[in-house]
Amino acid sequence: MSVTIYVPGDSGALAVGADEVAAAIVAEARERGLAVDLVRNGSRGLYWLEPMVEVATPQGRIAYGLVGAEDVEDLFDADFLSGGEHELRLGAPEELPFLKRQTRLTFARCGVVDPLSLSDYESHGGLAGLRRALGMTPGEIVQEVTDSGLRGRGGAGFPTGIKWKTVLDAPGPRKYIVCNADEGDSGTFADRMIMEGDPFVLIEGMAIAGIATGATKGFVYLRSEYPHAIQVMDEAIRIARKNKVLGGSVLGSGQAFDIEVRVGAGAYVCGEETSLLNSLEGKRGVVRAKPPLPAHKGLFGQPTVINNVISLASVPVVLEKGAAHYRDFGMGRSRGTIPIQIAGNVKRGGLFEAGFGMTLGELVDEIAGGTASGRPVKAVQVGGPLGAYFPRELFDTPFDYEAFAARDGLIGHAGIVVFDDTADMLKQARFAFEFCAIESCGKCTPCRIGAVRGVEVMDAIAHGAPPEAQVALASDLCNTMKFGSLCALGGFTPYPVMSAIRHFPEDFKPAKMAEAAE
Amino acid sequence: MQPSGTQTDFEDVAARVSAVIAENAHLEGPLLPILHGVQGEFGCVPQEALPVIADALNLSRAEVHGVMSFYHDFRANPAGRHIVRVCRAEACQSMGGARIAELAKVLFNADFGETSADGSVTLEAVYCLGLCACAPAVMVDGKVVGRVDAGRMEDIAGEVLA
Ligand SMILES: Cc1cc2nc3c(=O)[nH]c(=O)nc-3n(C[C@H](O)[C@H](O)[C@H](O)COP(=O)(O)O)c2cc1C
Ligand code: SF4
Ligand code: FES
Repeated sequence: MSVTIYVPGDSGALAVGADEVAAAIVAEARERGLAVDLVRNGSRGLYWLEPMVEVATPQGRIAYGLVGAEDVEDLFDADFLSGGEHELRLGAPEELPFLKRQTRLTFARCGVVDPLSLSDYESHGGLAGLRRALGMTPGEIVQEVTDSGLRGRGGAGFPTGIKWKTVLDAPGPRKYIVCNADEGDSGTFADRMIMEGDPFVLIEGMAIAGIATGATKGFVYLRSEYPHAIQVMDEAIRIARKNKVLGGSVLGSGQAFDIEVRVGAGAYVCGEETSLLNSLEGKRGVVRAKPPLPAHKGLFGQPTVINNVISLASVPVVLEKGAAHYRDFGMGRSRGTIPIQIAGNVKRGGLFEAGFGMTLGELVDEIAGGTASGRPVKAVQVGGPLGAYFPRELFDTPFDYEAFAARDGLIGHAGIVVFDDTADMLKQARFAFEFCAIESCGKCTPCRIGAVRGVEVMDAIAHGAPPEAQVALASDLCNTMKFGSLCALGGFTPYPVMSAIRHFPEDFKPAKMAEAAE
Repeated sequence: MQPSGTQTDFEDVAARVSAVIAENAHLEGPLLPILHGVQGEFGCVPQEALPVIADALNLSRAEVHGVMSFYHDFRANPAGRHIVRVCRAEACQSMGGARIAELAKVLFNADFGETSADGSVTLEAVYCLGLCACAPAVMVDGKVVGRVDAGRMEDIAGEVLA
């Protein structure tokens, strides 16, 4: 009898040697005359344990991690094919505290199934949401999504159901569903994980969006930095088409919907929705003024839903289990679950999906286990390069859109990046300006020029210019950028800059520089 | 360093570009897929390709150039034999990414955006590879590498400079 072994094909696992481990397992099994069935699953998101290998035993799946190719022979000696004892044995993956404390709705299948097996997908609840949607009117589907309380996971937190309603009500000969898979924020990888680990859930979510709004064509705008995700998505779409999940008659409903992957070209600003639409149309990725809203006049001037990967991938479970089931998780106006991405200098980095409401401190100290370096945590940047730096004093902030906004921060795409006490917040503020300067689309002066000036101001402080005047200058600049920018690239760069200045004033003082110069 | 602004020396540019255009002509908004296709074919988007694309899409040459130059991915000149992209974004910074970036410059004797004198390596900065829980991260010719420390970076240099 053949034993099934799971070795993730997720890029995060590949980056730390998963292919080498897979090859070693196959070679060792052949040498020993043992039959193994190798499945390249997605990642469970416990990245500090990757490559994490799982074996299907009669007692359920047993995980081993962090496995190196050099450990494989030893694992076979320990009879890991039957779940044998070994120092790398972690036990049942679901029992690991990092996974056990999660509520996996959107990521329920990620790391569990074979990403490109449609039958695996269906046997784990896949397509149930789409089937239910096909028995409803468009208005009913939209209402269900609205009732779930789902808000856009791309950053702005706009209610997904309301956006869909606008497109449903907008007249147009042709409508589009555009999936924003540009995931440019540092510290985020949830979109990548779902596309590599459970691509059919995104396809299903987009198909539901199409059926709900009358759109027949979908695009996934996928960043070029994600070659593996592009490959998996392309293949999954081909399989979905072959099995009539996509095409002229979705699951035999008579309604058409198809999807095409489009590869970005390395511009961060193209994650901004209107810039993305320009890019899809084959133009420079310059931000468009709103109105008109994309929902009225979007891609090629047609009514367009544009949603983040996670927003769309959360729709199938809403339809499958009902709006109330989803809405019951969370706090305040932040309903459902949020896949938090824990990254940077942490002991346990990875994907942590939970209902809204956990505090930043719980996430950093308990879940992530503090820093990888073992040094004290100094700052945590939440929400990508346009997100604020939080000091320990604000660790009681619950993960909730409004709570972060109340503290001059944002959740964004829910990435958190931890820095230890060696971080220099002056450098981080400088980088925020520099990044804005590099990625600015160039349309507004405060962003294009302000960011460059900001870098100069930070350099002046570093070179010993009297800091009070320079900090005042930086604050002024930030004010101009905040109010004079068309989009959040220029408009939110003040968040990381001003939070660094406000919470870590000692890093913007001359004494510090004298010390650093030694 | 790769001389910039010079004419590249490719054969059959018009025919090969036309073939790429033909493959993508049926798409809605075909320009980006065409530019990716052309770069896949030549390793860059040669100057001579612009008028061919412009003609086919009924655009001006300046418009095509404007689009091409907007995106960091498209290059006017070929890269070195290998492309090493080092992530310089925050999660990698928090794990000592700056030291890895400095080391890369020394190992390849090139600054970011440059190609080493012998044409073996082009060094590029990238802002996040989605490997932020395995930082610092780099990409070598499309292959991802995480938890990069000095030793690993030296290994990478050994492989691509060999
Ligand atoms: C500079 C900039 C970059 C952005 N990058 C992304 C991105 O990579 N992915 C994303 O989903 N949204 C991104 N957004 C937000 C989008 O503009 C938009 O709000 C989102 O795609 C809407 O989808 P949602 O409602 O499902 O979140 C970005 C916004 C700005 C201003
Ligand atoms: S704020 Fe910056 S990126 Fe946004 S539209 Fe203005 S110039 Fe472009
Ligand atoms: S910040 Fe370097 S991989 Fe994300």
